[in-house]
Amino acid sequence: MLEELFHKVKSRVTVNNTPDADAHISIPRDIMFKCPRCQKAEFMDHFEQVGKVCPHCGYHARLRASERLEITVDEDSFVELDGNLRSLNPIQFPGYEEKIAKLQKETGLTEAIVTGTCTIQGERCVIGVMDSHFMMASMGSVVGEKITRAFEYAQEHKLPVVLFTASGGARMQEGIVSLMQMAKTAGAVANHSAAGLLYISVLTDPTTGGVAASFASLGDIVLAEPKVLIGFAGRRVIEDTIRQRLPDEFQSAEFFLQHGFVDRIVERSQMRDTLGKLLRLHRREEGGD
Amino acid sequence: MSKQATAWECIEMIRQKNRPTAADYIPMIFEDFVELHGDRCYGDDAAILGGIAKFDRRPVTVIAHLKGRNLEENKKSNFAMPHPEGYRKALRLMKQAEKFGRPVICLVDTPGAFCGIQAEERGQHEAIAKNLMEMMQLKVPVISIVLGEGGSGGALALAVCDHLAMMQNAVYSVISPRGFASILWKDASREKEAANLIRITAKDLVELGVCDGVIAEPPGGAHKNPQLAAEAIGNYLGQILPKLIAKPIDKLLQTRYIKFRKIGVFQE
Repeated sequence: MLEELFHKVKSRVTVNNTPDADAHISIPRDIMFKCPRCQKAEFMDHFEQVGKVCPHCGYHARLRASERLEITVDEDSFVELDGNLRSLNPIQFPGYEEKIAKLQKETGLTEAIVTGTCTIQGERCVIGVMDSHFMMASMGSVVGEKITRAFEYAQEHKLPVVLFTASGGARMQEGIVSLMQMAKTAGAVANHSAAGLLYISVLTDPTTGGVAASFASLGDIVLAEPKVLIGFAGRRVIEDTIRQRLPDEFQSAEFFLQHGFVDRIVERSQMRDTLGKLLRLHRREEGGD
Repeated sequence: MSKQATAWECIEMIRQKNRPTAADYIPMIFEDFVELHGDRCYGDDAAILGGIAKFDRRPVTVIAHLKGRNLEENKKSNFAMPHPEGYRKALRLMKQAEKFGRPVICLVDTPGAFCGIQAEERGQHEAIAKNLMEMMQLKVPVISIVLGEGGSGGALALAVCDHLAMMQNAVYSVISPRGFASILWKDASREKEAANLIRITAKDLVELGVCDGVIAEPPGGAHKNPQLAAEAIGNYLGQILPKLIAKPIDKLLQTRYIKFRKIGVFQE
Protein backbone atom coordinates (compact mmCIF):
# COMPACT_ATOMS: atom_id res chain seq x y z
CA MET A 1 0.00 0.00 0.00
CA LEU A 2 2.80 2.30 0.99
CA GLU A 3 5.04 1.87 -2.00
CA GLU A 4 2.08 1.96 -4.28
CA LEU A 5 1.17 5.37 -2.92
CA PHE A 6 4.73 6.41 -3.27
CA HIS A 7 4.71 5.61 -6.93
CA LYS A 8 1.33 7.03 -7.60
CA VAL A 9 2.31 10.27 -5.95
CA LYS A 10 5.64 10.28 -7.72
CA SER A 11 3.91 9.96 -11.02
CA ARG A 12 1.58 12.76 -10.00
CA VAL A 13 4.16 15.21 -8.80
CA THR A 14 7.16 14.51 -10.96
CA VAL A 15 7.54 17.10 -13.63
CA ASN A 16 8.88 15.55 -16.76
CA ASN A 17 12.48 16.53 -17.02
CA THR A 18 13.26 14.89 -20.32
CA PRO A 19 12.50 16.78 -23.54
CA ASP A 20 9.01 15.94 -24.76
CA ALA A 21 8.74 15.41 -28.48
CA ASP A 22 5.38 17.18 -28.67
CA ALA A 23 5.88 20.04 -26.27
CA HIS A 24 9.54 20.80 -26.88
CA ILE A 25 9.52 22.17 -23.36
CA SER A 26 11.04 20.75 -20.24
CA ILE A 27 10.15 22.14 -16.85
CA PRO A 28 12.97 21.89 -14.36
CA ARG A 29 11.41 20.68 -11.15
CA ASP A 30 13.15 23.18 -8.90
CA ILE A 31 11.69 26.12 -10.82
CA MET A 32 8.11 24.98 -11.27
CA PHE A 33 5.62 23.18 -9.01
CA LYS A 34 3.09 21.03 -10.80
CA CYS A 35 0.00 20.40 -8.67
CA PRO A 36 -0.82 16.70 -8.31
CA ARG A 37 -4.51 17.56 -7.96
CA CYS A 38 -5.27 20.08 -10.71
CA GLN A 39 -2.12 19.44 -12.79
CA LYS A 40 -1.52 23.17 -13.18
CA ALA A 41 1.98 24.56 -12.84
CA GLU A 42 3.20 27.44 -10.72
CA PHE A 43 6.56 29.09 -10.20
CA MET A 44 8.24 27.44 -7.25
CA ASP A 45 9.10 30.82 -5.69
CA HIS A 46 5.47 31.85 -5.59
CA PHE A 47 4.29 28.40 -4.49
CA GLU A 48 6.67 28.52 -1.54
CA GLN A 49 5.75 32.10 -0.68
CA VAL A 50 2.10 31.06 -0.27
CA GLY A 51 3.02 28.22 2.09
CA LYS A 52 3.15 25.42 -0.48
CA VAL A 53 -0.53 25.68 -1.28
CA CYS A 54 -1.58 25.36 -4.91
CA PRO A 55 -2.81 28.84 -5.92
CA HIS A 56 -5.12 27.30 -8.52
CA CYS A 57 -7.04 24.61 -6.61
CA GLY A 58 -6.05 25.06 -2.95
CA TYR A 59 -4.34 21.67 -2.59
CA HIS A 60 -2.14 21.78 0.51
CA ALA A 61 1.13 20.17 -0.53
CA ARG A 62 3.39 18.14 1.73
CA LEU A 63 5.67 19.90 4.17
CA ARG A 64 8.82 18.71 5.84
CA ALA A 65 8.53 18.26 9.58
CA SER A 66 10.85 21.24 10.13
CA GLU A 67 8.67 23.45 7.91
CA ARG A 68 5.54 22.36 9.75
CA LEU A 69 7.03 23.06 13.15
CA GLU A 70 8.22 26.47 11.99
CA ILE A 71 4.73 27.63 10.99
CA THR A 72 2.98 25.97 13.95
CA VAL A 73 4.84 26.35 17.24
CA ASP A 74 5.89 29.46 19.15
CA GLU A 75 9.44 30.56 18.43
CA ASP A 76 12.09 28.65 20.40
CA SER A 77 9.43 26.65 22.27
CA PHE A 78 10.03 23.24 20.66
CA VAL A 79 12.01 20.67 22.63
CA GLU A 80 12.39 17.33 20.89
CA LEU A 81 11.54 14.03 22.63
CA ASP A 82 13.10 10.65 21.78
CA GLY A 83 15.13 12.01 18.88
CA ASN A 84 17.64 9.23 19.34
CA LEU A 85 15.35 6.30 18.41
CA ARG A 86 16.57 4.41 15.36
CA SER A 87 15.11 1.52 13.38
CA LEU A 88 16.52 -1.98 13.43
CA ASN A 89 15.49 -4.80 11.15
CA PRO A 90 12.92 -6.98 12.96
CA ILE A 91 12.34 -9.51 10.17
CA GLN A 92 15.83 -9.22 8.64
CA PHE A 93 14.38 -7.84 5.45
CA PRO A 94 17.15 -7.57 2.84
CA GLY A 95 18.26 -4.01 2.16
CA TYR A 96 16.15 -2.38 4.89
CA GLU A 97 19.01 -0.95 6.95
CA GLU A 98 20.61 0.47 3.80
CA LYS A 99 17.35 2.09 2.77
CA ILE A 100 16.94 3.70 6.19
CA ALA A 101 20.56 4.92 6.20
CA LYS A 102 20.14 6.45 2.76
CA LEU A 103 16.96 8.26 3.78
CA GLN A 104 18.53 9.54 6.98
CA LYS A 105 21.29 11.05 4.90
CA GLU A 106 18.93 12.52 2.31
CA THR A 107 16.38 13.99 4.70
CA GLY A 108 18.43 14.81 7.79
CA LEU A 109 15.72 12.99 9.78
CA THR A 110 16.30 9.93 11.95
CA GLU A 111 12.83 8.57 11.24
CA ALA A 112 9.43 9.44 9.77
CA ILE A 113 8.15 11.40 12.78
CA VAL A 114 9.45 14.18 14.97
CA THR A 115 7.90 14.52 18.45
CA GLY A 116 8.42 16.98 21.26
CA THR A 117 6.90 19.57 23.55
CA CYS A 118 6.09 23.12 22.56
CA THR A 119 3.71 26.00 23.03
CA ILE A 120 1.22 27.06 20.37
CA GLN A 121 0.06 30.64 21.00
CA GLY A 122 1.25 30.19 24.54
CA GLU A 123 -0.59 26.88 25.12
CA ARG A 124 1.70 24.07 26.16
CA CYS A 125 1.24 20.72 24.39
CA VAL A 126 2.96 17.63 23.07
CA ILE A 127 3.33 17.77 19.29
CA GLY A 128 4.16 15.15 16.67
CA VAL A 129 4.76 15.76 12.98
CA MET A 130 5.04 12.95 10.47
CA ASP A 131 7.21 13.59 7.44
CA SER A 132 6.22 11.87 4.21
CA HIS A 133 9.68 12.49 2.75
CA PHE A 134 10.94 9.64 4.94
CA MET A 135 9.71 6.39 3.40
CA MET A 136 6.26 7.90 2.92
CA ALA A 137 6.09 8.18 6.71
CA SER A 138 5.18 4.52 7.00
CA MET A 139 4.76 3.28 10.57
CA GLY A 140 7.35 0.84 11.81
CA SER A 141 8.68 0.27 15.32
CA VAL A 142 10.24 3.71 15.74
CA VAL A 143 7.19 5.67 14.57
CA GLY A 144 4.93 3.52 16.77
CA GLU A 145 7.21 3.87 19.78
CA LYS A 146 7.64 7.63 19.43
CA ILE A 147 3.89 8.19 19.17
CA THR A 148 3.25 5.91 22.13
CA ARG A 149 5.87 7.71 24.21
CA ALA A 150 4.47 11.09 23.18
CA PHE A 151 1.03 10.11 24.54
CA GLU A 152 2.53 8.61 27.69
CA TYR A 153 4.58 11.76 28.29
CA ALA A 154 1.51 13.92 27.71
CA GLN A 155 -0.52 11.81 30.12
CA GLU A 156 2.14 12.01 32.80
CA HIS A 157 2.39 15.79 32.44
CA LYS A 158 -1.36 16.30 31.86
CA LEU A 159 -0.82 17.85 28.45
CA PRO A 160 -2.87 17.83 25.25
CA VAL A 161 -1.45 16.18 22.13
CA VAL A 162 -1.46 17.65 18.63
CA LEU A 163 -0.43 15.26 15.85
CA PHE A 164 0.06 16.17 12.20
CA THR A 165 -0.42 12.83 10.49
CA ALA A 166 0.85 11.72 7.09
CA SER A 167 1.55 8.16 6.08
CA GLY A 168 1.28 5.51 3.44
CA GLY A 169 0.39 3.04 6.20
CA ALA A 170 2.19 0.28 8.04
CA ARG A 171 5.85 -0.28 7.13
CA MET A 172 5.79 -3.61 5.33
CA GLN A 173 9.53 -4.11 5.69
CA GLU A 174 8.98 -4.67 9.42
CA GLY A 175 6.34 -7.35 8.83
CA ILE A 176 3.84 -8.14 11.60
CA VAL A 177 5.76 -5.90 14.03
CA SER A 178 4.59 -2.86 12.06
CA LEU A 179 0.96 -4.02 12.19
CA MET A 180 1.17 -4.27 15.97
CA GLN A 181 2.14 -0.58 16.18
CA MET A 182 -1.47 0.17 15.24
CA ALA A 183 -2.72 -1.53 18.40
CA LYS A 184 0.07 -0.08 20.49
CA THR A 185 -0.57 3.53 19.47
CA ALA A 186 -4.35 3.08 19.78
CA GLY A 187 -3.74 1.82 23.34
CA ALA A 188 -1.67 4.89 24.18
CA VAL A 189 -4.39 7.18 22.81
CA ALA A 190 -6.98 5.26 24.85
CA ASN A 191 -5.09 5.78 28.12
CA HIS A 192 -4.45 9.47 27.42
CA SER A 193 -8.13 9.89 26.55
CA ALA A 194 -9.32 8.05 29.65
CA ALA A 195 -7.32 10.57 31.69
CA GLY A 196 -9.60 13.28 30.26
CA LEU A 197 -6.93 14.83 28.08
CA LEU A 198 -7.35 16.41 24.66
CA TYR A 199 -5.97 14.93 21.44
CA ILE A 200 -6.24 16.86 18.17
CA SER A 201 -5.20 15.05 15.01
CA VAL A 202 -4.55 17.03 11.85
CA LEU A 203 -4.71 14.91 8.73
CA THR A 204 -2.25 16.05 6.08
CA ASP A 205 -1.34 14.63 2.69
CA PRO A 206 -1.55 11.61 2.61
CA THR A 207 -3.06 9.92 5.68
CA THR A 208 -3.88 6.38 4.66
CA GLY A 209 -3.71 2.66 5.48
CA GLY A 210 -2.73 1.52 8.95
CA VAL A 211 -2.14 5.05 10.22
CA ALA A 212 -5.59 6.23 9.10
CA ALA A 213 -6.91 3.02 10.69
CA SER A 214 -5.31 3.70 14.07
CA PHE A 215 -4.24 6.83 15.97
CA ALA A 216 -4.92 9.33 13.14
CA SER A 217 -8.68 8.71 13.35
CA LEU A 218 -8.86 8.68 17.13
CA GLY A 219 -8.57 12.40 17.85
CA ASP A 220 -11.21 14.06 20.02
CA ILE A 221 -11.09 16.58 17.21
CA VAL A 222 -10.04 15.55 13.70
CA LEU A 223 -8.92 18.41 11.46
CA ALA A 224 -7.71 18.11 7.87
CA GLU A 225 -5.94 20.33 5.39
CA PRO A 226 -7.83 21.07 2.14
CA LYS A 227 -7.68 18.57 -0.74
CA VAL A 228 -5.41 16.09 1.04
CA LEU A 229 -5.72 12.34 0.48
CA ILE A 230 -7.29 10.34 3.33
CA GLY A 231 -8.41 6.74 3.27
CA PHE A 232 -7.98 3.13 4.25
CA ALA A 233 -7.46 1.41 0.91
CA GLY A 234 -5.22 2.48 -1.92
CA ARG A 235 -7.05 4.13 -4.77
CA ARG A 236 -5.61 1.74 -7.33
CA VAL A 237 -6.64 -1.29 -5.29
CA ILE A 238 -10.24 -0.08 -5.34
CA GLU A 239 -10.10 0.84 -9.04
CA ASP A 240 -8.79 -2.64 -9.80
CA THR A 241 -11.63 -4.19 -7.78
CA ILE A 242 -14.46 -2.19 -9.33
CA ARG A 243 -12.82 -1.80 -12.75
CA GLN A 244 -13.61 1.86 -13.17
CA ARG A 245 -11.88 5.18 -12.51
CA LEU A 246 -12.76 6.85 -9.26
CA PRO A 247 -13.80 10.52 -9.17
CA ASP A 248 -10.99 12.93 -8.24
CA GLU A 249 -12.60 14.03 -4.98
CA PHE A 250 -12.88 10.41 -3.74
CA GLN A 251 -10.91 10.00 -0.48
CA SER A 252 -10.21 13.73 -0.22
CA ALA A 253 -10.53 15.70 3.00
CA GLU A 254 -13.74 17.18 1.58
CA PHE A 255 -15.11 13.69 0.87
CA PHE A 256 -14.57 12.62 4.48
CA LEU A 257 -15.96 15.91 5.85
CA GLN A 258 -19.11 15.22 3.85
CA HIS A 259 -19.29 11.64 5.14
CA GLY A 260 -18.80 12.71 8.74
CA PHE A 261 -15.27 11.57 9.54
CA VAL A 262 -13.56 14.97 9.76
CA ASP A 263 -14.57 17.78 12.13
CA ARG A 264 -13.22 20.69 10.13
CA ILE A 265 -11.11 21.46 7.10
CA VAL A 266 -8.63 24.15 8.04
CA GLU A 267 -6.43 26.10 5.67
CA ARG A 268 -2.74 26.19 6.43
CA SER A 269 -2.80 29.93 7.04
CA GLN A 270 -5.51 29.42 9.70
CA MET A 271 -4.10 26.29 11.34
CA ARG A 272 -2.06 27.94 14.09
CA ASP A 273 -4.97 30.17 15.13
CA THR A 274 -7.39 27.24 15.06
CA LEU A 275 -5.13 25.04 17.17
CA GLY A 276 -4.50 27.91 19.60
CA LYS A 277 -8.22 28.52 19.97
CA LEU A 278 -9.05 24.82 20.49
CA LEU A 279 -6.23 24.41 23.03
CA ARG A 280 -7.45 27.46 24.97
CA LEU A 281 -11.01 26.09 24.95
CA HIS A 282 -9.70 22.93 26.63
CA ARG A 283 -7.40 24.65 29.09
CA ARG A 284 -7.35 22.84 32.43
CA GLU A 285 -7.00 24.73 35.68
CA GLU A 286 -4.30 22.36 36.85
CA GLY A 287 -3.01 21.76 33.30
CA GLY A 288 0.61 21.53 32.28
CA ASP A 289 3.70 21.43 34.39
CA MET B 1 2.78 -31.50 17.31
CA SER B 2 4.36 -32.08 13.95
CA LYS B 3 7.09 -29.87 12.57
CA GLN B 4 6.12 -26.33 11.57
CA ALA B 5 5.35 -26.19 7.85
CA THR B 6 6.90 -23.45 5.72
CA ALA B 7 4.86 -20.31 5.21
CA TRP B 8 3.99 -21.35 1.69
CA GLU B 9 2.89 -24.82 2.81
CA CYS B 10 0.68 -23.11 5.40
CA ILE B 11 -0.89 -20.91 2.74
CA GLU B 12 -1.62 -23.93 0.57
CA MET B 13 -3.12 -25.66 3.61
CA ILE B 14 -5.44 -22.80 4.55
CA ARG B 15 -6.56 -22.45 0.95
CA GLN B 16 -7.94 -26.00 1.04
CA LYS B 17 -11.60 -25.71 0.05
CA ASN B 18 -12.73 -27.87 2.94
CA ARG B 19 -10.71 -26.11 5.64
CA PRO B 20 -13.12 -25.64 8.57
CA THR B 21 -14.59 -22.15 8.94
CA ALA B 22 -15.95 -20.37 12.00
CA ALA B 23 -19.39 -21.68 11.05
CA ASP B 24 -18.04 -25.25 11.31
CA TYR B 25 -16.17 -24.69 14.54
CA ILE B 26 -18.73 -22.75 16.57
CA PRO B 27 -21.23 -25.63 17.04
CA MET B 28 -18.38 -28.03 17.84
CA ILE B 29 -16.75 -25.78 20.45
CA PHE B 30 -19.66 -23.88 21.99
CA GLU B 31 -23.17 -24.74 23.17
CA ASP B 32 -26.42 -22.86 22.65
CA PHE B 33 -24.99 -20.34 20.17
CA VAL B 34 -27.48 -17.54 19.46
CA GLU B 35 -26.48 -15.35 16.53
CA LEU B 36 -27.09 -11.60 16.84
CA HIS B 37 -27.17 -9.26 13.88
CA GLY B 38 -26.51 -5.65 12.97
CA ASP B 39 -24.46 -2.65 14.00
CA ARG B 40 -27.49 -0.50 15.05
CA CYS B 41 -26.20 2.14 12.71
CA TYR B 42 -26.17 1.11 9.09
CA GLY B 43 -26.71 -2.59 8.48
CA ASP B 44 -25.72 -6.18 9.07
CA ASP B 45 -22.48 -7.43 7.60
CA ALA B 46 -22.43 -11.16 6.91
CA ALA B 47 -18.62 -11.14 6.85
CA ILE B 48 -18.76 -10.97 10.63
CA LEU B 49 -20.63 -13.65 12.55
CA GLY B 50 -21.37 -12.84 16.16
CA GLY B 51 -23.49 -13.97 19.07
CA ILE B 52 -23.72 -15.42 22.55
CA ALA B 53 -22.98 -19.01 23.48
CA LYS B 54 -21.87 -21.20 26.36
CA PHE B 55 -18.37 -22.44 26.88
CA ASP B 56 -17.70 -24.72 29.87
CA ARG B 57 -21.16 -23.78 31.18
CA ARG B 58 -20.21 -20.09 31.11
CA PRO B 59 -21.79 -17.50 28.78
CA VAL B 60 -19.33 -15.99 26.33
CA THR B 61 -19.60 -13.68 23.33
CA VAL B 62 -18.24 -15.18 20.12
CA ILE B 63 -17.25 -12.95 17.19
CA ALA B 64 -15.78 -14.35 14.00
CA HIS B 65 -14.80 -13.52 10.47
CA LEU B 66 -16.97 -15.78 8.35
CA LYS B 67 -15.48 -17.48 5.32
CA GLY B 68 -17.84 -19.35 3.05
CA ARG B 69 -17.52 -23.06 2.34
CA ASN B 70 -18.56 -22.57 -1.28
CA LEU B 71 -18.97 -19.76 -3.76
CA GLU B 72 -22.55 -19.06 -2.75
CA GLU B 73 -21.67 -18.70 0.93
CA ASN B 74 -18.64 -16.64 0.03
CA LYS B 75 -20.71 -14.25 -2.06
CA LYS B 76 -22.94 -13.74 0.96
CA SER B 77 -20.12 -13.23 3.42
CA ASN B 78 -17.93 -11.32 0.94
CA PHE B 79 -15.11 -13.86 1.38
CA ALA B 80 -14.84 -12.75 5.03
CA MET B 81 -13.82 -9.21 4.07
CA PRO B 82 -15.84 -6.94 6.37
CA HIS B 83 -17.22 -3.49 5.66
CA PRO B 84 -17.22 -0.89 8.44
CA GLU B 85 -20.62 -2.10 9.66
CA GLY B 86 -19.04 -5.50 10.31
CA TYR B 87 -16.47 -3.98 12.64
CA ARG B 88 -19.15 -1.84 14.25
CA LYS B 89 -21.30 -4.92 14.82
CA ALA B 90 -18.31 -6.62 16.40
CA LEU B 91 -17.74 -3.64 18.68
CA ARG B 92 -21.40 -3.47 19.62
CA LEU B 93 -21.32 -7.12 20.67
CA MET B 94 -18.11 -6.57 22.61
CA LYS B 95 -19.62 -3.66 24.54
CA GLN B 96 -22.65 -5.83 25.21
CA ALA B 97 -20.35 -8.55 26.52
CA GLU B 98 -18.68 -5.98 28.76
CA LYS B 99 -22.02 -4.95 30.22
CA PHE B 100 -22.91 -8.50 31.12
CA GLY B 101 -19.40 -9.51 32.15
CA ARG B 102 -18.99 -12.14 29.43
CA PRO B 103 -15.55 -12.97 28.08
CA VAL B 104 -15.10 -12.36 24.34
CA ILE B 105 -13.74 -15.04 22.01
CA CYS B 106 -12.73 -13.80 18.55
CA LEU B 107 -12.11 -16.22 15.70
CA VAL B 108 -9.95 -14.48 13.11
CA ASP B 109 -10.04 -15.61 9.48
CA THR B 110 -9.95 -12.87 6.84
CA PRO B 111 -7.93 -11.81 3.81
CA GLY B 112 -8.41 -8.25 5.14
CA ALA B 113 -10.94 -5.46 5.49
CA PHE B 114 -12.84 -4.86 2.25
CA CYS B 115 -11.42 -2.25 -0.11
CA GLY B 116 -14.25 -0.52 -1.93
CA ILE B 117 -16.13 2.73 -2.44
CA GLN B 118 -18.85 2.10 0.15
CA ALA B 119 -16.33 0.85 2.69
CA GLU B 120 -14.42 4.12 2.34
CA GLU B 121 -17.58 6.25 2.44
CA ARG B 122 -18.66 4.63 5.67
CA GLY B 123 -15.22 5.07 7.22
CA GLN B 124 -13.36 1.76 7.11
CA HIS B 125 -10.33 3.48 8.66
CA GLU B 126 -12.37 4.91 11.54
CA ALA B 127 -14.20 1.64 12.21
CA ILE B 128 -10.95 -0.31 12.54
CA ALA B 129 -9.22 2.43 14.58
CA LYS B 130 -12.13 2.57 17.00
CA ASN B 131 -12.13 -1.19 17.53
CA LEU B 132 -8.42 -1.10 18.35
CA MET B 133 -8.92 1.63 20.93
CA GLU B 134 -12.07 0.19 22.49
CA MET B 135 -10.73 -3.37 22.61
CA MET B 136 -7.64 -2.13 24.42
CA GLN B 137 -9.93 -0.98 27.26
CA LEU B 138 -12.69 -3.59 27.16
CA LYS B 139 -13.32 -4.66 30.75
CA VAL B 140 -13.70 -8.39 30.08
CA PRO B 141 -11.14 -10.98 28.99
CA VAL B 142 -10.58 -11.17 25.23
CA ILE B 143 -9.04 -14.19 23.50
CA SER B 144 -8.37 -14.15 19.77
CA ILE B 145 -7.59 -17.24 17.73
CA VAL B 146 -6.37 -17.02 14.13
CA LEU B 147 -8.08 -19.96 12.42
CA GLY B 148 -6.54 -19.58 8.98
CA GLU B 149 -5.81 -16.18 7.52
CA GLY B 150 -4.95 -13.12 9.59
CA GLY B 151 -5.03 -10.35 7.01
CA SER B 152 -3.63 -7.07 8.25
CA GLY B 153 -5.73 -4.35 9.94
CA GLY B 154 -8.89 -6.23 9.04
CA ALA B 155 -7.72 -9.07 11.29
CA LEU B 156 -6.24 -6.86 14.00
CA ALA B 157 -9.65 -5.22 14.50
CA LEU B 158 -10.71 -8.54 16.11
CA ALA B 159 -7.34 -9.32 17.65
CA VAL B 160 -6.52 -6.71 20.29
CA CYS B 161 -6.69 -9.22 23.09
CA ASP B 162 -5.27 -10.63 26.31
CA HIS B 163 -4.18 -13.80 24.59
CA LEU B 164 -3.51 -14.41 20.90
CA ALA B 165 -3.36 -18.00 19.70
CA MET B 166 -2.88 -19.29 16.18
CA MET B 167 -3.78 -22.58 14.61
CA GLN B 168 -0.63 -24.45 13.69
CA ASN B 169 -1.03 -23.72 9.97
CA ALA B 170 -2.52 -20.26 10.26
CA VAL B 171 -0.72 -17.17 8.98
CA TYR B 172 -0.98 -13.57 10.15
CA SER B 173 0.65 -10.71 8.27
CA VAL B 174 0.72 -6.97 7.70
CA ILE B 175 -0.01 -7.56 4.02
CA SER B 176 -0.62 -10.69 1.95
CA PRO B 177 2.55 -12.16 0.43
CA ARG B 178 1.04 -11.47 -2.96
CA GLY B 179 0.47 -7.82 -2.11
CA PHE B 180 3.94 -7.60 -0.66
CA ALA B 181 5.59 -9.00 -3.80
CA SER B 182 3.44 -6.86 -6.04
CA ILE B 183 4.17 -3.62 -4.18
CA LEU B 184 7.77 -4.02 -3.08
CA TRP B 185 9.05 -6.03 -6.02
CA LYS B 186 6.48 -5.06 -8.68
CA ASP B 187 6.02 -8.77 -9.32
CA ALA B 188 3.04 -10.58 -7.79
CA SER B 189 4.33 -13.90 -9.13
CA ARG B 190 7.04 -13.82 -6.44
CA GLU B 191 4.29 -14.48 -3.88
CA LYS B 192 5.85 -17.72 -2.68
CA GLU B 193 9.24 -16.13 -2.14
CA ALA B 194 7.62 -13.27 -0.20
CA ALA B 195 5.61 -15.70 1.93
CA ASN B 196 8.72 -17.47 3.08
CA LEU B 197 10.56 -14.21 3.73
CA ILE B 198 8.18 -11.96 5.67
CA ARG B 199 7.63 -14.21 8.70
CA ILE B 200 3.94 -14.97 8.88
CA THR B 201 3.62 -18.43 10.44
CA ALA B 202 2.50 -19.21 13.98
CA LYS B 203 6.06 -20.14 14.90
CA ASP B 204 7.39 -16.86 13.46
CA LEU B 205 4.86 -14.84 15.39
CA VAL B 206 5.67 -16.62 18.64
CA GLU B 207 9.33 -15.78 18.06
CA LEU B 208 8.47 -12.16 17.29
CA GLY B 209 6.55 -11.88 20.55
CA VAL B 210 3.18 -11.35 18.87
CA CYS B 211 1.52 -14.75 19.31
CA ASP B 212 1.09 -16.35 22.75
CA GLY B 213 0.34 -19.93 21.80
CA VAL B 214 -0.06 -22.39 18.96
CA ILE B 215 -2.95 -24.85 18.69
CA ALA B 216 -1.94 -28.14 17.10
CA GLU B 217 -3.85 -29.28 14.05
CA PRO B 218 -4.56 -32.92 13.17
CA PRO B 219 -1.91 -34.51 10.91
CA GLY B 220 -2.26 -33.09 7.41
CA GLY B 221 -4.18 -30.04 8.61
CA ALA B 222 -7.49 -29.09 10.26
CA HIS B 223 -9.51 -30.13 7.19
CA LYS B 224 -8.42 -33.77 7.66
CA ASN B 225 -10.31 -33.97 10.94
CA PRO B 226 -12.35 -30.86 11.85
CA GLN B 227 -13.74 -32.54 14.98
CA LEU B 228 -10.25 -33.11 16.33
CA ALA B 229 -9.22 -29.55 15.45
CA ALA B 230 -12.31 -28.23 17.26
CA GLU B 231 -11.45 -30.31 20.31
CA ALA B 232 -7.95 -28.86 20.30
CA ILE B 233 -9.37 -25.33 20.22
CA GLY B 234 -11.83 -26.19 22.98
CA ASN B 235 -9.12 -27.67 25.17
CA TYR B 236 -6.93 -24.66 24.59
CA LEU B 237 -9.70 -22.23 25.53
CA GLY B 238 -10.43 -24.36 28.56
CA GLN B 239 -6.90 -23.81 29.77
CA ILE B 240 -6.52 -20.10 29.02
CA LEU B 241 -9.95 -18.68 29.79
CA PRO B 242 -10.12 -19.50 33.54
CA LYS B 243 -6.70 -17.88 34.07
CA LEU B 244 -7.86 -14.65 32.45
CA ILE B 245 -11.18 -14.66 34.31
CA ALA B 246 -9.31 -15.01 37.60
CA LYS B 247 -7.35 -11.80 37.02
CA PRO B 248 -8.60 -8.53 38.56
CA ILE B 249 -9.83 -6.34 35.71
CA ASP B 250 -7.36 -3.46 36.19
CA LYS B 251 -4.50 -5.95 36.19
CA LEU B 252 -5.92 -7.58 33.06
CA LEU B 253 -6.11 -4.24 31.22
CA GLN B 254 -2.64 -3.24 32.31
CA THR B 255 -1.23 -6.56 31.09
CA ARG B 256 -3.12 -6.20 27.81
CA TYR B 257 -1.61 -2.75 27.22
CA ILE B 258 1.88 -3.99 28.03
CA LYS B 259 1.46 -7.00 25.74
CA PHE B 260 1.23 -4.65 22.74
CA ARG B 261 3.28 -1.82 24.26
CA LYS B 262 6.44 -3.90 24.27
CA ILE B 263 6.25 -4.95 20.60
CA GLY B 264 8.79 -3.05 18.53
CA VAL B 265 12.43 -3.42 17.54
CA PHE B 266 14.65 -0.32 17.69
CA GLN B 267 17.73 1.14 19.28
CA GLU B 268 18.26 4.31 21.26
